Amino acid sequence: MLGFGILSGLLVLPLVGAAFILTLRGDSEAAKSNARWAALATTVLTFLLSLVAWSRFDTGTASFQLIESHVWLTDTIRFKLGVDGFSMPFILLTTFLMPFCILASWDSIQHRVKEYFVAFLVLEMTMIGVFAALDLVLFYLFFEAGLIPMFLIIGIWGGKRRIYASFKFFLYTLLGSVLMLLAIMAMYWAAGTTDIPTLLQFKFAENLQTWLWLAFFASFAVKMPMWPVHTWLPDAHVEAPTGGSVILAAILLKMGGYGFIRVSIPMFPDASHYFAPMVFALSVIAIVYTSLVALVQTDMKKLIAYSSVAHMGFVTMGLFSMNPQGIQGAMFQMISHGLVSGALFLCVGVVYDRIHTRDIAAYGGLVERMPLYAVAFMIFTMANVGLPGTSGFVGEFLTLLGAFQANTTVSFLATTGVILSACYALWLYRRIIFGVLDKPQLKTIMDLNRREMVILAPLVLLVIYYGVQPAPILDAFAAPTEALLKSYEAALATVKTAALAAH
Amino acid sequence: MNTALAIPAFGPVLPEIILAAGVLALVLFGAIRGEGSSGIINILALVLIGAALVAVLMLPSERVETMGGSFVVDSFAKFMKALTLIASSAGIILSLDFMRRAGINRFEYPILIVLSTIGMLMVISSNDLIALYLGLELLSLSSYVIAAFDRDNVRSTEAGLKYFVLGALSSGMLLYGASLVYGFTGSVSFPTIATTLQGSAGFGLVFGLVFVAAGIAFKISAVPFHMWTPDVYEGAPTPVTAFFAAAPKMAGMAMAVRVFIDAFPGILGQWQQIIVFSAIASMALGSFAAIGQRNLKRLMAYSSIGNVGFALVGLATGTSEGIQGVVIYMAIYLAMTLGTFAVILSMRRGDRMFETIEDLSGLSRTHPLMAFCLAMMMFSLAGIPPLAGFFAKFAVFTAAINANLVTLAVIGVVTSVIGAYYYLRIVKVMYFDEAVERYDAMPSGVRFVLALSSVFVVLYVLFPAPLTAAAGAAARSLF
Repeated sequence: MLGFGILSGLLVLPLVGAAFILTLRGDSEAAKSNARWAALATTVLTFLLSLVAWSRFDTGTASFQLIESHVWLTDTIRFKLGVDGFSMPFILLTTFLMPFCILASWDSIQHRVKEYFVAFLVLEMTMIGVFAALDLVLFYLFFEAGLIPMFLIIGIWGGKRRIYASFKFFLYTLLGSVLMLLAIMAMYWAAGTTDIPTLLQFKFAENLQTWLWLAFFASFAVKMPMWPVHTWLPDAHVEAPTGGSVILAAILLKMGGYGFIRVSIPMFPDASHYFAPMVFALSVIAIVYTSLVALVQTDMKKLIAYSSVAHMGFVTMGLFSMNPQGIQGAMFQMISHGLVSGALFLCVGVVYDRIHTRDIAAYGGLVERMPLYAVAFMIFTMANVGLPGTSGFVGEFLTLLGAFQANTTVSFLATTGVILSACYALWLYRRIIFGVLDKPQLKTIMDLNRREMVILAPLVLLVIYYGVQPAPILDAFAAPTEALLKSYEAALATVKTAALAAH
Repeated sequence: MNTALAIPAFGPVLPEIILAAGVLALVLFGAIRGEGSSGIINILALVLIGAALVAVLMLPSERVETMGGSFVVDSFAKFMKALTLIASSAGIILSLDFMRRAGINRFEYPILIVLSTIGMLMVISSNDLIALYLGLELLSLSSYVIAAFDRDNVRSTEAGLKYFVLGALSSGMLLYGASLVYGFTGSVSFPTIATTLQGSAGFGLVFGLVFVAAGIAFKISAVPFHMWTPDVYEGAPTPVTAFFAAAPKMAGMAMAVRVFIDAFPGILGQWQQIIVFSAIASMALGSFAAIGQRNLKRLMAYSSIGNVGFALVGLATGTSEGIQGVVIYMAIYLAMTLGTFAVILSMRRGDRMFETIEDLSGLSRTHPLMAFCLAMMMFSLAGIPPLAGFFAKFAVFTAAINANLVTLAVIGVVTSVIGAYYYLRIVKVMYFDEAVERYDAMPSGVRFVLALSSVFVVLYVLFPAPLTAAAGAAARSLF
């Protein structure tokens, strides 16, 4: 089929679904229902297709697989797709979470239903594209293209301050990204190509590396988000509809971490080494400071948003500790956080759909009316805290282990973040679930319905499963992590020998 | 002696000859048939432009000089002429319904468009300063008249007058600069000037160069000679504004490339700073000044100033990649600007046209398709991938990075983010705000232009290679 493979299929399938939804006529209930089912079917099919891709994927090797390459902009800027152990889990995470987002929006989105699902499907396409792109220009294209549907999702279906939040989200991330674009151009002229596998072998001049690293950092740090450029995230999270928050927390934030591991660390090893202390400092500030900020929040979504920033701090810390534990831990933390934070936002969505407020003070004693909800929420809260036995623990433990080898002070300070996260998460849980059920509007609140159970049950299972059995995910990262560290150390060694020879 | 008497080769001039002969016939035809003939003359003018387009496409690709060396045809001229002709025909198509409803459907309009198009083609192919000036005057004089085409409307006549006074001033500057260049180099021919000037230039020549640059900057509405643009854009009838935003920009940019690359390649260092300054100032002004605008036509005026700034980034490099960037940028800008004006021309209820941003409120509810097209134009103008505008910016900024103009590139992308704010505001008004009344159905000509430009802007990402390759060939023909 013209050389188009399974990864192109993953990109095209959501678009086909979106096109189908666009052909639906009218604004009747039937049309809305058709749009929902079509979106659900599309995302489920996409997930199944990504499972097929996974089954053809060999975790034993660090090289890129399922490669396809087509003529595009010029001879050297091609439409090239492929996956390795770092990107494949993210693609699975994306396709896995999408059906839940669709289901979470089933009843809560009642106006412009068709447009909503079209925006979501297009967003899914761009996210898969980011992780599957093997050309930097193509990577940038998908990276930025996702802004358009997300801007519309926040702006049209968001809360009260949706317009402010959508503009802030868009302009903030765009400003970071344009610098990355210039860096990509500079790499193009230095290496003659934007092909990622070729660039991974290419050695950039040390001076140039510093600038390129900073330009990419501007983009990834905003996307991640790292302190102090995280301020767009609480606004965007709070105002976005539930499905949008889930995607933001679970997938969009991971693009920053993915970018670090795909571009910054392997392509600019010297600069990464040079800037690692700065990243450590920012990570620790993010972990401690945003945890403290989370403590005083009165808005549930905002609290979880700040906790996301803190957890992303663990990721950057792990990545730049440059040892197998740190990097694997960071990757695991990203996957785990994708599940956990997504699930937490879904949990918030459940009560928000009933009471229409995110104010923590408006809740209390939910356990009496919603026992099932209380159980699910507790498991995700514990996973967010990093309780052993949940997936949250594995990631945090490994990143701390890695950081300990690199810098004990950093790891000491970061560990206080774990304690703080227990403070805010458990306190949130206490204020919402326990206490006296005395608010009149809570007296008649209903427990999870079947749709919500279908959404939360698989996430509960996965969070616990990966907590006791992290090997399936860690195995996928093992080979590329090893290759990454080998080339990183080789690059540093040449610099050291050069420095010695100069003396 | 014999060569001077020999008849020059007319083949390369065929498109201009078709247009010139045809337009004279149309004038006669219109004068005999009188006022009722505007419909048929519109169609005949489109046929003429179409014929000229075919003739342009059939021109040889290698460089040919004729008319005693004042006229040159190469791949670059071919490409820019094709763009200009497309823009001119769009100018006529967009006007069909508007002029009829406004009661100003006189047969002179298409004729003036064709006349000004001849001027544009001449400018693009000019190979000496005199040919350049002649073409420019033909282009400008026709433009002044069509700016004031709605002669009973105060805004339109004011626009025409302003355009004329400032345009005459800029022509004077260009002519003065040209005379200085002639005085210091001893020739008006671009190739001769280029061989005379190598490495450095004296103060007098730089003085002349600045005046030439000023005249050119006026035509492409680059800062600091942009003042006329918002007023003329706002005052002129909307289809005329669409025409001004498209066709003369193509010719003006081609003229800038011709003059700087063909005549002054040896003193790149001297003119590069002028262009860099103008590019930075245009990008910044285009981004900041547009934020406060409420009128869409004024907003598009500032947007066009900003876009010219981005295109100038490509020219500032003085390299083949840079010119390739300029050519790609102008081609994509053409589609974006025509698409946007097609939407502005569709904002009509009965006899009333609407042109403020608030009038777009909730357009996504009342006219979903139109709103989607305009949103794509806006995202594209903001340079967001995967739309065509991204590739335009990519082309010029890549060239700038390669030419080591890193500061210029950084300032450029930052202003593009600031500019994104006001483009987003239009999307916000259409998608996030409450709906107002529906507009009348879109006229078919406008719909045609909007459909073509939207398809181009949205689907360009799938097939970017042909335009890139063609623009690359066009740029290489200059070096």
